[in-house]
Amino acid sequence: MVQSGGVARTPEEAGARYDEIVAAFGSGAEIVVKAQIHAGGRGKGGGIKFARTREECVAAARKLIGMTLVTPQTGAQGRLVRSVLVVNAVTPQRELYFAVLLDRVLSRPVVIASTEGGMDIEGVAAKTPEKILKEVVDPALGMMPFQARKLCRALGLTGDLAAAGAKLMLSVYRLFWESDCSLVEINPLVITAGPDGKPCVLAMDAKINFDDNALYRHKDIAAMRDTNEEDPREVEASKNDLNYIGLDGTIGCMVNGAGLAMATMDIIKHYGGSPANFLDVGGGASVEQVTAAFKLLCGDKNVKALLVNIFGGIMKCDVLAAGIVGAAKAVHIPVPLVVRLEGTNVEQGRKMLKDSGLPIITATGMADAAEKVVRAAQQS
Amino acid sequence: MSILVDKNTRVIFQGITGSAGKFHATHCHKYAGNVVGGVTPGRAGEVDLDGVKMPVFDTCAEAVKQAGANATCIFVPAAFAGDAILEAADAGIALIVCITEGIPVVDMVKVKRVLAEKKGARLIGPNCPGIITPGQCKIGIMPGYIHKPGRVGVISRSGTLTYEAVWQLTTRGVGQSTCIGIGGDPVNGTSHLDAVKLFNDDPGTDSIVLIGEIGGSAEEEAAAWIGRHCKKPVVAYIAGMTAPPGRRMGHAGAVISGGKGTAAAKIEALRAAGIAVAETPAVIGETLISLLKSRQRARSRKASVPNAKKPAQKKSVKRK
Repeated sequence: MVQSGGVARTPEEAGARYDEIVAAFGSGAEIVVKAQIHAGGRGKGGGIKFARTREECVAAARKLIGMTLVTPQTGAQGRLVRSVLVVNAVTPQRELYFAVLLDRVLSRPVVIASTEGGMDIEGVAAKTPEKILKEVVDPALGMMPFQARKLCRALGLTGDLAAAGAKLMLSVYRLFWESDCSLVEINPLVITAGPDGKPCVLAMDAKINFDDNALYRHKDIAAMRDTNEEDPREVEASKNDLNYIGLDGTIGCMVNGAGLAMATMDIIKHYGGSPANFLDVGGGASVEQVTAAFKLLCGDKNVKALLVNIFGGIMKCDVLAAGIVGAAKAVHIPVPLVVRLEGTNVEQGRKMLKDSGLPIITATGMADAAEKVVRAAQQS
Repeated sequence: MSILVDKNTRVIFQGITGSAGKFHATHCHKYAGNVVGGVTPGRAGEVDLDGVKMPVFDTCAEAVKQAGANATCIFVPAAFAGDAILEAADAGIALIVCITEGIPVVDMVKVKRVLAEKKGARLIGPNCPGIITPGQCKIGIMPGYIHKPGRVGVISRSGTLTYEAVWQLTTRGVGQSTCIGIGGDPVNGTSHLDAVKLFNDDPGTDSIVLIGEIGGSAEEEAAAWIGRHCKKPVVAYIAGMTAPPGRRMGHAGAVISGGKGTAAAKIEALRAAGIAVAETPAVIGETLISLLKSRQRARSRKASVPNAKKPAQKKSVKRK
């Protein structure tokens, strides 16, 4: 089971959630109001408040909604709280851990449980690996009831609690598999007094990651995407089908291919610079994509120089050079631009860049390109 | 010699009537003439690959029976690619190269569950550039001309970064036995380790270039095996030193999660196994060439000093 209550986007909605909880638990139930942002450590940042009365609940929501919450995971700029979760407070008797994830080595789902809930599970795995219980699931069968019973026994659950625990585990596995999740983590999974006073198993907090590649068959899950919680540069990039991840350096880079893009970031760092982003414009690097990418990179105020690193494979360098020149003319580029082209017809491509009249710094090889762009960023 | 593909390989393209499938089938056939046809369900007939007529079959089974296919290159859209892989395996095709990007992980978990019990079907990919034995057979999207026949085996999780490394070798006069792109997905067919073992056993391969990236532990597994069993020198490069944790870097499998799969940990494992790791992507070719030269020098020294302590010298050479 889970806590009663729900999400509120206004203080008034928080009041309505309060009424629902009181209807289930009676007045006097303790209420928790939690800021909803895509980052952990909310308690430490003042994002979790307790309330006894309707007035206290509404006041807590009023305080949280609209505030910029800074937690150890948000960075100094913090995150704007747009909604809160209002639920009945729970006093855990025990805190357990339960998760379903993909084991990449086995290429199978694994189910993990531990008596050490509520803590950093990687730390538990590193210090006391014997406290991590693991069951490998045969994907042809799904998680079997006996595997859930085994885990519950090892967690020390008996009688009705064991039955309830096994049922919860099997349900969570089904969620993982049927919704194409890459991770479902219940932490903590608690033993607490239920509404009838008897101990029950309750999923107190959860983290669910979804497989982006499978979202096409889960329209309901795709609809839950909240672009407010994402880097605006990344939202803009995804509209143009660009693979972009914002970083905090000063050298904007545009590369064709994900592996080469990572390698380009690394070599910038190696030569003393810092990459402002990861950006893969795709193996072909079409004119439209390059134009959209230039716009995106130039919109980043931190960027002091740009590096374009393209390996012309099936797409020839002269075609790519024409695209880069066209895009660079269409978009005003306010910072130095270093271009490194390699592959078929590279000489023609370099000549086209040179003859374009644009202040493009051409480079040969990745080391030369990295050195030149780092120098340009330091000087501008 | 080479691994997995050579001039006798007979390739079909699943999805040959789509624009990407047709484009790359044409290029592969122009490279070494190994393409024998294609499969598109419901579109049996013929396809024109830039003037060359190729038969199109409704099923892989027919392509095997009528065109003698023993390898396939899959360009089927992601939603149907898992099914296409299993159809190829069911038809008895020995080598299945899946180029398609974006296949749901759950679909690949199912595919691998089936392939594990089907001996004789090898999957390369998905989300990979394919495999090429220079001058003999090209199955995939890599530009053929950057390769040169030779004796270096190349294994990589990425596309253009592999081209970069291959180009560094070719422009320095060093050819390749086979180059295999194993793909950037978290669940894939042939692993780094599988490919290393094949190259280790191939008499046509003298040395190996292994290109990895953040995410998973495939490079560490390969490193552990290489340290104990590999007879041939290995040079590695790992991309993603500067990648932030928790973010997928373009490839579905390139993510540091729960502190696992960092570039630093992979480089440490590779070095511990005696593998030379290139400092930057710009020196992958140079690192291999200088390693091969230093081994050659060590060998000629050994040959000229007959009384040298053989075992000790051998070990020091391997560690270089």
